[in-house]
Amino acid sequence: MSTMTLDAAGRTEAAQSELTGGQIAASAEVRKTVGKPFCDTAKLRMRNVNVFYGEAQAIHSVSLDIGRNQVVAMIGPSGCGKSTFLRCLNRMNDTIEGCRVEGELSLDGDPIYGPKVDVVPLRARVGMVFQKPNPFPKSIYENVAYGPKIHGIASRRADLDEIVESSLRRAGLWNEVKDRLDKPGTGLSGGQQQRLCIARAIAVSPEVILMDEPCSALDPIATARIEELIDELRENYTIAIVTHSMQQAARVSQRTAYFHLGRLVEVNDTETVFTNPEHELTEAYITGRFG
Amino acid sequence: MTNLTQAQVRERIEKRLASRHRKEKLFRGLGIASIAFGVLAVVILFSDIISKGSGAFMQTAIQLEIHYDAQVLDIDKVDDESLAWANFSGVIRQALRERFPSVTSRGEKRELYTLVSSGAPFTLRDRLADDPELLGKSEKVWFAADDDVDTFVKSLKDSKEGFRGRTSEQKAGWIEQLLDSGELKKRFNTTFFTNGDSREPEQAGIRAALMGSLFTLLVTLALSFPIGVAAAIYLEEYAPKNRWTDLIEVNINNLAAVPSIVFGLLGLAIFINFFELPRSAPLVGGLVLTLMTLPTIIISSRAALKAVPPSIREAAMGMGASRMQVVFHHVLPLAMPGMLTGAIIGMAQALGETAPLLMIGMVAFIVDVPAGVTDPATVLPVQIFLWADSPERAFVERTSAAIMVLLSVLIVMNASAVLLRKKLERRW
Amino acid sequence: MQTPTLFALLLLLILVAYGTGFSRALSAARSLGGLRNLASLPSYYGIFAALWCGLPALILLGAWLIFDDAIIRAMVLNSVADKPETISGQNLLYAQIQNLAAGHMLGEATPRLQEAADHLSQLRSSSNNMQAFMSLILAVGLGAFALLRFSPQLRAREKVEKVLRAILIACACAAIFTTVGILFSVLFESLRFFQSVPVTEFLFGLHWSPQMALRADQVGSSGAFGAVPLFTGTLMVSAIAMFVAVPIGLMAAIYLAEYASKRVRAVAKPILEILAGVPTVVYGFFAALTVAPFIRDLATSVGLEASSESALAAGLVMGIMIIPFVSSLSDDVINAVPQSLRDGALGLGSTHSETVRKVVIPAALPGIVGGVLLAVSRAIGETMIVVMAAGLAANLTANPLESVTTVTVQIVTLLVGDQEFDSPKTLAAFALGLMLFVTTLVLNFIALHVVKKYREQYD
Repeated sequence: MSTMTLDAAGRTEAAQSELTGGQIAASAEVRKTVGKPFCDTAKLRMRNVNVFYGEAQAIHSVSLDIGRNQVVAMIGPSGCGKSTFLRCLNRMNDTIEGCRVEGELSLDGDPIYGPKVDVVPLRARVGMVFQKPNPFPKSIYENVAYGPKIHGIASRRADLDEIVESSLRRAGLWNEVKDRLDKPGTGLSGGQQQRLCIARAIAVSPEVILMDEPCSALDPIATARIEELIDELRENYTIAIVTHSMQQAARVSQRTAYFHLGRLVEVNDTETVFTNPEHELTEAYITGRFG
Repeated sequence: MTNLTQAQVRERIEKRLASRHRKEKLFRGLGIASIAFGVLAVVILFSDIISKGSGAFMQTAIQLEIHYDAQVLDIDKVDDESLAWANFSGVIRQALRERFPSVTSRGEKRELYTLVSSGAPFTLRDRLADDPELLGKSEKVWFAADDDVDTFVKSLKDSKEGFRGRTSEQKAGWIEQLLDSGELKKRFNTTFFTNGDSREPEQAGIRAALMGSLFTLLVTLALSFPIGVAAAIYLEEYAPKNRWTDLIEVNINNLAAVPSIVFGLLGLAIFINFFELPRSAPLVGGLVLTLMTLPTIIISSRAALKAVPPSIREAAMGMGASRMQVVFHHVLPLAMPGMLTGAIIGMAQALGETAPLLMIGMVAFIVDVPAGVTDPATVLPVQIFLWADSPERAFVERTSAAIMVLLSVLIVMNASAVLLRKKLERRW
Repeated sequence: MQTPTLFALLLLLILVAYGTGFSRALSAARSLGGLRNLASLPSYYGIFAALWCGLPALILLGAWLIFDDAIIRAMVLNSVADKPETISGQNLLYAQIQNLAAGHMLGEATPRLQEAADHLSQLRSSSNNMQAFMSLILAVGLGAFALLRFSPQLRAREKVEKVLRAILIACACAAIFTTVGILFSVLFESLRFFQSVPVTEFLFGLHWSPQMALRADQVGSSGAFGAVPLFTGTLMVSAIAMFVAVPIGLMAAIYLAEYASKRVRAVAKPILEILAGVPTVVYGFFAALTVAPFIRDLATSVGLEASSESALAAGLVMGIMIIPFVSSLSDDVINAVPQSLRDGALGLGSTHSETVRKVVIPAALPGIVGGVLLAVSRAIGETMIVVMAAGLAANLTANPLESVTTVTVQIVTLLVGDQEFDSPKTLAAFALGLMLFVTTLVLNFIALHVVKKYREQYD
């Protein structure tokens, strides 16, 4: 693992040279993250995270904090490692054969990786919503009740009913589905399915919710509903969201992290990133010169 | 939750973790146990058959000092006619009596004569036919021992007592005497590969069954491969998507799952009763197996055609080739490896099939090696079935050996299919 | 003329037709100034002529070879003055006539037989001559006709392709013909069976003893055709097989698809598939000589009585045979469950086994059920294992240690050996065959439909 001094105000050498669109990806070398990758109220702390798929390194020494009750957006061109990074946070990368994660990652000071860490309660604390809505082929009720049931959070039917209702309410879906809870979840529209998946995730009272491009398969109206929802959820949860849409990042997040070729280039308050990016790769990306 | 704090939830989750992880381990263990059961079944099946059958490749033989006495043989010259009725068994009996001069009573003598196979006179006949000069001379000749002797001798290596069966104390004594003097030994069992079926285990071989299987498979291959490929070409390259095509497809898939014995009924009712084709013939067997393997070949040939990318068809069509030319000049050569693989697998299936062939009379006791597709014949699996039914202990050994031969052929066929697929497979 | 000679001659004619067509096309092209002036390539003119020459003649020859024996037989038998009424009597008579005509008749031939035999020989030789004459005339005539039709404008390729296409269609219809053939052969004989034994007795009768009395006063051979013991026997053996194959096959598939590393998979899967490639007669031998004695000894040692041919032995071994069938079908459907569902469940903190049990298996259930139905149909139709290891006695029992018999076993026993197609004993086999065919057809149909629907769901 390469050691790297993290200098909040540091700049890469590459940032000094003049670059044009086509050359950027090939020649830019990102050594240090610019901006403000750390914060005081960190819920999730990541230090020097490297991820390998077999021999190939997908993430190069990324360090980042995700603050409590904050929405952090991760943006970058496709293949830049933002989804891979997100999946480290609840160890979903474990399911991929040959994937190896190095570095220090902790949730409220508890390590995420390590021989003694049990992924089951970890994933209950760090929930996840995926790119494509993936409701189970069960009824709407069973979809939401799945988590509480397997974890034994509620044993009585009445408790379960209450959890299902409150989760669906928080996901803004209750009014649409309350009369057809026993209908299959796969029969809902795409946007409703994604909100069902959010309800399913919050039914186990997670502390963090990871969202991997949650709106990429949805139409603009459904997207708007989800974005509203994310904003409401921020009150109770810490949220990390990967998105390919810069507008979305600008709308929903407080902080934005820009990834490029497996490296974290710049992290800053969302407004700063979009109005006054420090790194020219970031600037090039948000101004649409590549991506 | 409205009434549960995150900490409370954490606590409840923690409480059940241990039991959940136990269940996980149990589930995983069940999976491993299932795989282990399957692997164990393979190991037991193969080791059982090999341990039972490997003995059959060796045969016990007895050496006797034979005197070709013209008087005992009751002939004065060697020609076809005299060879046909010469008393060879008399010569053998005489040799046995001379070897064990202490045997005098009739009952004992009769027992003595059962040391060598009842096929021994034929060995002598062949020798004399090869070399007529032997008449009146003496020589030492190895004869196949009787199956009871064979079984007894082979069982000696497992226990000192050995498996007696019908072998008496006295006979066992003779055998040990011969064994000690080196006049009894185990040699490679060529009979097993050169003879047809026989009621006597020591004379029974798989040659006739192997040839029967070969002829049957040739008929099957000659019919099912062209028809199967043609059907696949039509369905994949020409057929319009309509109800008739759907019907054909459903039909093919259903036929692939129809029990094989039903094909036997079809063969009996149509080929034998209606068309009056000869019973027990490889021709009919091949026809029945053709109908049975056709679905397999059609399905795999279609898969092979499907794997040829449409861009190749479009390229050829763009050059002005007709549909037929596109298929026969461009698509078919590329799909051929896949089709051949399917054909080999279909043939392997046909080679192992027994039930439908019982229906069309291939179960008869046939000694002669068939010379053509209309001669009465049996096939290897049916031979195994017939021998498995025989009460003689020596047939158990031969059945297992025949199974070993059958399995080896099947393994070679399947392995060549896998190799062919690996070697000729193209990635587009 | 001998048939092989005739075939060789026809082949020669076909080659000549091809060569002539080809060279005519070539010379025509030359005189016209290049191949582009022909409607098709020269080889197509050759094939065109060859098809006209060979195809009709070969079809005629084939039909002749198939039908001549039956026609000659009918003609000979009709000419015999007082022929017997029964089919078996006629068979015997005809066999005698044939032997006489072939010249190896034992004993004295009656003048009546001698006359019939002469008639037979005469018919045979004239049929032989006619067959050669007709097919050669047809080949030469139609070959010449095709060559006469030759002109550079003739679209030979299209015509050739039309014929080839027709041949392809005929081959594709072979599956239909097979099904129709099966249906007709079992249906026809079954109907004859049901004329002598009522359908209700066959379907609901509790006693099966198909041996017909040879003499009226014979004891114990009443010829009872109640198939219920066979159905229960079949069900019991299949149920035991499923009891072994479904859990083991399914768990093996789950382990291979969900848990096993690539290396374990690459080793374990082919080993399991070996079980599918072993011929059933080998399993039968294994069941009869190894498993059945083992079970009998085991049962005796715990104080139970077990028959040396038991339903348990046959079912157990059949189950082992079906394991790879269940596991490879389940493996396919489990792999068809989208990864996103697994991710969803794992992301909520399910353990791996909870994911499999509560999400993957329910999602794959239709496909698994389809696979199990196909396996059931296989178990019901399996023959050799039960023939060798289950026994012949039609016991109506629920004890798996006893010997039972199945539908397939009875079909084999009734049809192996001498058959008389006018005895209910033989025909009963076809009635059983009909039951077997219909049952498995229905099972297959449902199973294939379920699996197809399942696949469409995730495609």
